[in-house]
Order: sequence, then C-alpha cells, then structure tokens
Amino acid sequence: MKTKDNKLFPADLVKVALSQSFVKLNPRLLIRNPVMFTVELGTLVMLIVTLYTAFSNDASQGSFGYNLTVFIVLLLTVLFGNFAEAIAEARGKAQAESLRKTREDTPAKKVLAVGEIFTDEIKVVPSSQLHKGDLFVCEPGDVIPADGEIVKGLASIDESAITGESAPVIREAGGDKSSVVGGTKVLSDRIVVRVSAGAGESFLDKMIALVEGASRQKTPNEIALTILLASFTLVFIIVCVTLKPFADFAQTPITIAAFISLFVCLIPTTIGGLLSAIGIAGMDRALRANVITKSGKAVETAGDVDVLLLDKTGTITIGNRKATNFYPTNGYDTAEFIRYSVLGSLADETPEGKSIVELAGREVSSSLSLNGAQLVPFTAETRSSGINMSNGTRIRKGAFDAIRNLSAKAGNDFPADTAEMVKKISGNGGTPLVVSVNDKVTGVIELQDIIKPGISERFERLRRMGVKTVMVTGDNPLTAKFIADKAGVDDFIAEAKPEDKMAYIRKEQQSGRLVAMMGDGTNDAPALAQADVGVAMNSGTQAAKEAGNMVDLDNDPTKLIEIVEIGKQLLMTRGTLTTFSIANDVAKYFAIVPALFILSVPALQGINIMNLHSPETAILSAVIFNAIIIPLLIPLALRGVAYKPIGASALLRRNLVIYGLGGVVVPFIGIKLIDMVVALFF
Amino acid sequence: MNTELLGIIATYAITLLIAFPLGRYIAKVFAGQRTLLDFMGPLERGIFRFCGIDPREEMNWKQHLKALLTINMLWFVYAFFLLIFQDKLPLNPDQNVGQTPDLAFNTAISFLVNCNLQHYSGESGVTYFTQLFVITFLQFVSAATGIAALVAVFKALRQKTTSQLGNFWDHLLKTTTRILLPICIVIAGILAFRGTPASFAGKDTIVTLQGDTVQVSRGPAAGMIAIKHLGTNGGGWFGANSIHPLENPDYLTNMTEAIAQLIIPIAMVFALGFFIQRKKFAYVIFGVMTAGMLALLIPTIISEVGGNPAISQMGISQATGAMEGKEVRFGPTATAYWSTITTIVSTGSVNGFHDSTMPMTGMMQLIAMMTNCFYGGCGVGILNYFIFIIIAVFISGLMVGRTPEFMGHKVEAREMKIAAIIALLHPFLILAGTALSSFAIAHGWGAGWATQPGAWLNNPGYHGFSEMLYEYTSAAANNGSGFEGLTDNNIFWNVSTGFVLILSRFLPIIGPVAIAGILASKKHVPESAGTLRTDTATFGIMTFAVIVIIAALAFFPALALGPIAEYFSLY
Repeated sequence: MKTKDNKLFPADLVKVALSQSFVKLNPRLLIRNPVMFTVELGTLVMLIVTLYTAFSNDASQGSFGYNLTVFIVLLLTVLFGNFAEAIAEARGKAQAESLRKTREDTPAKKVLAVGEIFTDEIKVVPSSQLHKGDLFVCEPGDVIPADGEIVKGLASIDESAITGESAPVIREAGGDKSSVVGGTKVLSDRIVVRVSAGAGESFLDKMIALVEGASRQKTPNEIALTILLASFTLVFIIVCVTLKPFADFAQTPITIAAFISLFVCLIPTTIGGLLSAIGIAGMDRALRANVITKSGKAVETAGDVDVLLLDKTGTITIGNRKATNFYPTNGYDTAEFIRYSVLGSLADETPEGKSIVELAGREVSSSLSLNGAQLVPFTAETRSSGINMSNGTRIRKGAFDAIRNLSAKAGNDFPADTAEMVKKISGNGGTPLVVSVNDKVTGVIELQDIIKPGISERFERLRRMGVKTVMVTGDNPLTAKFIADKAGVDDFIAEAKPEDKMAYIRKEQQSGRLVAMMGDGTNDAPALAQADVGVAMNSGTQAAKEAGNMVDLDNDPTKLIEIVEIGKQLLMTRGTLTTFSIANDVAKYFAIVPALFILSVPALQGINIMNLHSPETAILSAVIFNAIIIPLLIPLALRGVAYKPIGASALLRRNLVIYGLGGVVVPFIGIKLIDMVVALFF
Repeated sequence: MNTELLGIIATYAITLLIAFPLGRYIAKVFAGQRTLLDFMGPLERGIFRFCGIDPREEMNWKQHLKALLTINMLWFVYAFFLLIFQDKLPLNPDQNVGQTPDLAFNTAISFLVNCNLQHYSGESGVTYFTQLFVITFLQFVSAATGIAALVAVFKALRQKTTSQLGNFWDHLLKTTTRILLPICIVIAGILAFRGTPASFAGKDTIVTLQGDTVQVSRGPAAGMIAIKHLGTNGGGWFGANSIHPLENPDYLTNMTEAIAQLIIPIAMVFALGFFIQRKKFAYVIFGVMTAGMLALLIPTIISEVGGNPAISQMGISQATGAMEGKEVRFGPTATAYWSTITTIVSTGSVNGFHDSTMPMTGMMQLIAMMTNCFYGGCGVGILNYFIFIIIAVFISGLMVGRTPEFMGHKVEAREMKIAAIIALLHPFLILAGTALSSFAIAHGWGAGWATQPGAWLNNPGYHGFSEMLYEYTSAAANNGSGFEGLTDNNIFWNVSTGFVLILSRFLPIIGPVAIAGILASKKHVPESAGTLRTDTATFGIMTFAVIVIIAALAFFPALALGPIAEYFSLY
C-alpha cells in the first residue's frame, strides 16, 4: 500500500476549494442542487433588502446592520455548501493526479511500422503523443509511458509506483498477465506493448473527469434523495409564503429578513450542501484504497451487494499449499523420516518443497548436506520428484498412486497404516505427499491449504452485513467443502470453470440479489460484465478491465470486502446527514416562530423555550447555526460515517439515536450558545 | 379511578376486542377463504351478472384506479342533481327546498369523498329521499371505495412480483355486503332500541316543560347513523350531529357510536398483518398509531377535565370540567375521547362543540387531522400511513447502508416522487386555503359578495383564525367536522373547500396505490441480515418521527397563531 495523505484539509487544496466556492456561486452551476439554489435566491433578495435599508429611512425592515448580517450569513451558507463540494472534488482530483503524474511526459519508444529508414523503426516521442493501438518498446530501466498490453516478450516490472508493492511482477505476452500500466518501470528484458488507452483516455483520466463537476452524473439514489429534499424545500416554501397572509390577519408585520431566515433554516441545507461532497468522497475513498471506479453508481451499488464471489487462492488461502504434518509409517523413526523428507526437498524450489523444509525447522536442514547429490525433477510421467544421494540412497516424494506403483515395482508392500493416513488427509481437505526411501514407503507428509489469518472473522463480519460469501475454486468438491467450512464461507463453487461463475451470478441475480466479483483473466470478462460490481485487477487483461466497473490497482483479491464497506458508508453518510438535517428543524422552529410573532402576540413568549434574548438575536442565531453546521460536518461527509456490522436494526437504532436524537438536541444547545454571543452585539 | 375515565377505557377495550377478530375476518374475505357470511355469495353473483362484471378478472394498479375514478365521477353527477332537485322528489314530508348549486356541489363532493363536511343542516337542507339515496348511499360506497383501494395495496404487498391486484368491483361489493352491511344492521338495531328514530313520519310537535311548542324533526335515521360511524363518514342526520338527543340518546349509544367509528380503521391494520402474513409488521403499525392517538388524547382529556382557567379566576367551581358546548349525559372525558377519535379517524361526527373546547384540545384536534394517519379513515388511513412508511424506509434504508427497499422491492426515484407529492399535498391544501381566506379578510376582499369576508367569523383574533384553519384542515383530511362558528354556507367556502375535498381524497388514494403497484411489479430482493426490517419498534419510532416532523411541524407557524397563542393568553 502506498502511504496515504490522510489530512482532510491540506493547505493547497483548501486554497483551490476556496476559489472554487465562489466560482460555484454561478446560478447555472448551482441549479443542479435545488436546495442550495433556493438559498442563493434568498441571499439575493437579502442583498436587495440590505441595500434598501442602507439608502432609505424605512425602519419597517429592521436596521441596516441586522439585514447586512443576515445577508452575510446566508451568503456564507451557500459558500460553505460550495466549499464542501469543492474540497471533495479537490481531494479526489489530487489523489488521481498524483497517480497520473507518474506517467506524464515520459519518453516513449514508439514503433513505426514504416519508418524513415527501416520498417519497425523506433522513434522516441513524448507519451502524450501515443494513441490507442500504437506499439512501443520498453527496455530495462524504462518507465512504461502508457497503459497497454504486451504483444511480444516477457519482463519483470516494478509496479510499486502504483501499488506500493515492492516485489517485482512478471508480465508476458499472451494469457492473463499481459497488461502493463503507465508509470510502472521495466526491470528486466524487452517487451513490445500495444497502447490500450491514449492520452486522456485511461481509467484515471475517466475517474478525474467523474470527480470534476462537468461529467459527474447523479446516481439513482442521489436523484431519489434530491427529490425528497426538493419536496421538503417545497413544503417550507408553502409554509413561508402562506405565513404572510396569516401574519396580515393577525396584524403582525414580519420583516423580509425574518421570512427568508425562517425559510433557509427550515429547508434541509445541511444535507443539501453536503450531498455531492458525500458522493465524491465515496469515490475518493475508493481511490485511496487504490480502486478506480468507473462511476459513482458502482460505489453505491457496492453497498447493496448481497453475494461476493471470491477466488480461493490468494483471497481465502495464502497462495499455495503448505506442509503441516509428518506421519511416518508405523515403526519408522520420526526424526529419520523428517530427515529424509527434508533431504528430498532441499533442492526443490516449489512452494510445497520449501514448506516442507520450513516445517522441519532450521536445525534439521542446516545439519544436512547435499554434496554430490543428483536432483530428480518432477515430471508428468513419474508424478514424483526427489533426489539421488551420493551414497546411492534414492528419496522420492509424490502422489499416493505414483509412489505406490514405485514401491510395488520394487516388490515392496504399501504399509496399511500409511494408506489409511493418506485417506484421512484427503478427507480433511489436505493433499497427501507420500515419501519413499529406496522405493520403500516411509511415511506421508500432509500438505494443507493455509487459510489466511483473520479471514473467517471478515466473513463473519460480512455475514452480519447480510452479504453471502461464495468461494470459487478449481479443487474437487470434497476439498472445496472442507476449506469452505474452515474459512467460514457460505457457499462454494468447486471445479469451477469461467462458465460456472457466470451461471452462478445469473442464478443469484435472477432471485434478485446483487453480485460482486473480482477477476483478472480474459475469460473472466463476461462474468465481470454480468456482475453488478465487477472489480478487475490492474494486472488483468484489458478485456477484463473494460468489462468490470472498478479496477483495483493493488491486485488484492480481498479488496472486494473493503469496497462493499465503502459503498455502505457512502449510503449511510447520506442517510444519517439527511436525518440530522431534518431533525434540526425542531429546534429552529422553536427559535424562529416565537421571534416572528412575539412583538404583536406577547403570549407566544411561552414557546420561546430556549429563552432567546430578542427576536433579532433568535433569528440570527438560527441562521448562524444553520450555516456553521455545514463546515462542521464536512469532515464527517468526507470521511464517511463508520459502518458497524451489527445488523440492520441495531444499526438503525444506533444511527437514529446519534443523528436523529442528536439532531434534535444539538441545535437547541448550539442556538442558545450562539444567541448568548450574538446578544452582546444586538 | 373515576367512572368517566373507566368509561372510555372500557369503550376502547371493547373496540379492540371487536377489531382484532374483525381484522382476521376481513383478511379472510379478501383472501377468498371461507367465512360465516358466504351465504351472501348468490346475491353478489346476481349483482355481478346484472352489471356484466367478471369479478375474477385481475386488474393492475392503473385499471384499479380507472375503475375507482370512473364510478366515483358517476356517483358525483348522480348526487349533485338529486340534491338540486330534491324538492321535486318524493319522501319530503317537511317540504324542504332543493339545494343551491354551490351547496349541492359541496355536499355531493363532501359525501362522495367520505368527508361529510356539512354546510347545510339535516333537518332542513335535505329530504328523506336524499338522506337515504344520496347521503346514506354515498356513506356506504365511499367507505367501500377506500377499503377497496387498500385491498389492492394489500394484494401488491402480498406477492413477490405481480401486476395483478385483484378486481376493484369485487373488493367494492364484498366490502359492502360482507363488512359494512352486516355490522350496520347490528348497530342500527342498538340505536333504534335506545331511541333513535327509524320512521318515515315528518316533524313531531311537543310541548316542553317550559310550555313552549317545539317542532322535532324525525326520519329513518338509525341506519344512516350506523353507517355514518362505521364508514368513518360523520355527516349527521340532524344538524347538531351526535350531540342531538335523537342521534345519540344516551351513554350506551355514545359508546356504540364511538366503537363503531374505530373498529374498521383498527381492524384494517390487523387485516393487513393477516393478509400479507406479516403480523409483526401490523402490530408495529398499530403501536405507532396507538401511540399517536394517546399523544393526542391525553392532553385533550387533561385540558377538558381541568376546566377553563378564566372561569376559575371568577371563583366559580368547575367540578365537572369545561362544560361549555358539552352534553351533561356524556361529560368532559367521553367528549374529549370522542373529539380525539373522530379527528384521527376522519369521521368528523361530534358529540360536543369543538368550537367550545379548550385551546389545547382544539390544537390536538387540528394535529389529529393534519397527521391524518393514526388509524385514519376507512382504508385511506393506512394509505396515508403508507406514504410515511415509504419516506421512513427511504431515509432509514440509507442509514443502514443500503439503497432503500420495502417488502423486498427497491424504492427509487419514481416512487419517491409520488410519495413526495402526496406528502406535500396535505400541508399545501390546508395552508394555501387558510392563507386565501386570511388574505380575503385582512385585505377586505369581496365587498360585493353576499356574505362578506368580514362577516365569516364569529370570533375575532386567534380563535377566528383557528376556525378557518380548522375548516380547511377538516376538508383536507376528509374529516368533515367543523369548528363551527364559521359562516360557511356561501360560495367562497362551498367552492374552495369543495376543491380541497376532491384533491385531498383522490390524490392520496392514487399515490399509494400507484407506489404499491410499481413496487410490486419490480424484481423481488430477498431479505438478508443487512436488510432494513420494517417490523421492529425502531422502525416504528422512525415512522413516528417522520410523521411528526413532516406532518405536524409544517403547521407549527399556523398553530402558533391559532390555538397556541390562544392557549398562552388564557393560561
């Protein structure tokens, strides 16, 4: 992982956001947000009223100072809302830019099919001049100038600039590991690469465009929420407009400032101001987790996912099988058996072989010597490997039937207790590795899939979120079931072919569930496209990356779990801030309504339960509270409300207490405190 | 505990004892299961055959609404003309005159929409013929219309994915023959035996103890008074409604009528649970509605039993509470109870004058109609509540980190749009109406009108404002009770409330039926541990909060100028 800059408000971004806050005052931009747009209209009216009170002697609209204050506070309300959106945009853009910067203006060795002198001539051009379909060459030490697919050769590549992972990876033409990413560095060998995305067309470029206002589409849920917020705004327009004749009837003059303040306080400005920031912050959080999203909708959908398809290897288990136990044949010395097992594996470079040495411990391996020994590599025919020692001892290890044949040929019986153990190991989801010394069976080594530490807790967490986990593996059903049970996944697909994945996704979708999966190969592409959330690994093929709706730069298969949580956080942040915003209205009513009427209906002092100083201070405190709550909540909007997998009902209860009850209580306290300060001036 | 309090507790307890089995029975009727009243079958089949309707033909939500609106329009035309020409029709022993067109417009609509706002007086404004064939008829079919629409919603909620919501005509007829008619017969019997008239004879003449000669109106009233309550209609046979000694003779009839108006609204909640097989969901709804009722009822009882402080200041004892506008045979507690239930369930019948109740009570009555979903009218109560559920589901669905879903269907922009319009409509109609009349008075409109705005109100100031607010609230809630003290039989009030009535009746039926129909046609999403459960107390509290904040708070400024100002100047 790359080190993340987790400061919410870096000074340079704040500067950009501040200037953007003013640019966004443009009504044509603001109309996309109906709540804040009406606040801006109110601000405009207040500007006119303020100017009127400055140049006339009419005292019926209140003093110039009072009107000016209301105008400034309303303007700040709009600016705060704009700032929230701008800072979210700036953060998202900065994050994406920092990824993109690595590959800007790197020299590219472009291959010209018909050159000036030769065919396939190589010419160095700036990377910005590469177009989709162009070929370029990379040699050791070169920075890859653009995203592409290797068409020729094999190379080890340092991808740490993108993934933060320092170990180099191998990429080669053909197959599923052919994709290279701009900004990464070739360490060895020479490759020819075809550009898959020209300048300005890469996923990162698309992502940056998504974050920027212009091409950002509202997600379906954002639209529905905006409708709800707009309808609240309309209700309060009705409340405020009808108040005028009511007041006429009661012979109570109400100032324009009071009308507009009441209106601005009642409409859900808090969520209205923060709504788009929340959406951008969701994509930004995904990006900080090194996931590029192709749309805001994908993040939202991730929160809804019901089923997760996870590959066994790399996600649930640590890459390869590991030796876990030595079982010598009855009567054979254990230390002797281990010694022979290690001898047979010392020269074995496979992960299984290494794990046997590891299991035996350093003392055993350091005491042994392979001087003069001859390595017998694994072949498909013998299905075993081993070593011939200089003293003529032949050590073999291999599958049960291979070693059985070997010993039978030599006229040796297969010990019954070892045969029993072989069966038992298979039944437990392990792989038995039988060892023979001079064609005589000496025992069996148990190899097991190692389940990643902490993974079953994560599955438990997912289960409590209501997400079903499905393990996809090429293993036989027996082994698959064993590992599935041990890891705590809910279901598994054994002996899985790409078509099986697709069929499983279709089946779940037909019963109404949303499915997320991760994949890298070209044969995963249809399933990635079919899944509601398809996360392609960055190391995967171009086809896979095109098919999915997210790309994971880390190639980390457990990333799906994080993505689901980011999606849920996004939705929750929207819900809780909406609740908070609407709950705030209770206190605001109790601040402003008595203030409106108290002069002509002194009896209404009875509902001035906060005992605010005067009508002017009451109204000012309410609008000031309404304004400053927006910047106070920006950190929450950007970070997101913490998701706790405690079940939907408990979660609702928790959020209802914090943001619902809190939303009722906080403004009572806040408005009272502000009133005490404002009372010093008015 | 005093007997008055025991009286209303007993009344409510009996209501529940009847409503619960009634709910199960209603669920059976519409699920097509065997019931005791299956002997109605041949009659129903005969009616369907006569009308050429196939009751087994399934309708989608659009066809439902089309049928509903068409037949309602027909009924309106029918009622409008009969009321205008009632003086030329038989059964008019008291020689009452025909209604003016604006009054007939208001009356026909008012009864069609189950509101029963009466700008006429039963003794002189209608004849026995129109009482029976317009008023009583509409009281039956308007209640049945509300229930028929709700049953379509029930059917939408029961299926995973469907577009078939039953047959509107089937729902309508079965509601009438199997629910309303049988119960009405029982209630009418009780009323008739306790002294409510049930004859076609004209006015009677009596000589009072003081020696005055008084003309007493009569008529075939018992049956009409039964459906008036059972169907949450509320329009009285007599002008004084259930205050009238012949319409509500004693405490027993008072209990009967109070029970009659609550049983179907409560039974429909239980019926929902039985019908869609989610009893816990229904109990949560019932809990929220009951909590709402108690929140309105308790302050009402306290303020009525406590009496009027202005009278206490004069040193006069008020041992029986605030008795202005109340009947001695009922007392303040039973009247307080009635005033609450009649406003929450949109009956709108009264057994005491609401204009005379204490300001706190007046506010509770207003809030009851502004929320309009604590039990609510026949069928429409749950439809109103449904809108709040959708809004609550939307907000709380987000709060648990999923895009919102209800009963396994995603709630999206289109449903939200409909829910938002319906939720908006109620405050809009009430506030805009009141604003219009306030404006007319404040700015001296209508100098040439027969009844000038200045003469509308019997009371000045806050109370006068409450009277106007009450009239529009009552119209928008399809409640029909009047604060009275308002001169409302004139073109301005007849026409303006008439339009409020139509809009506030049919849009809140169309909206929920459309939402339910659209939801039911969507793909079903199975439940998981991450799904928001709507049958928990937490969700109930959420719904309650949504109702309070949307439905009640929008009216806070208006209430502040009316009952709240009055309250604080009195206490």
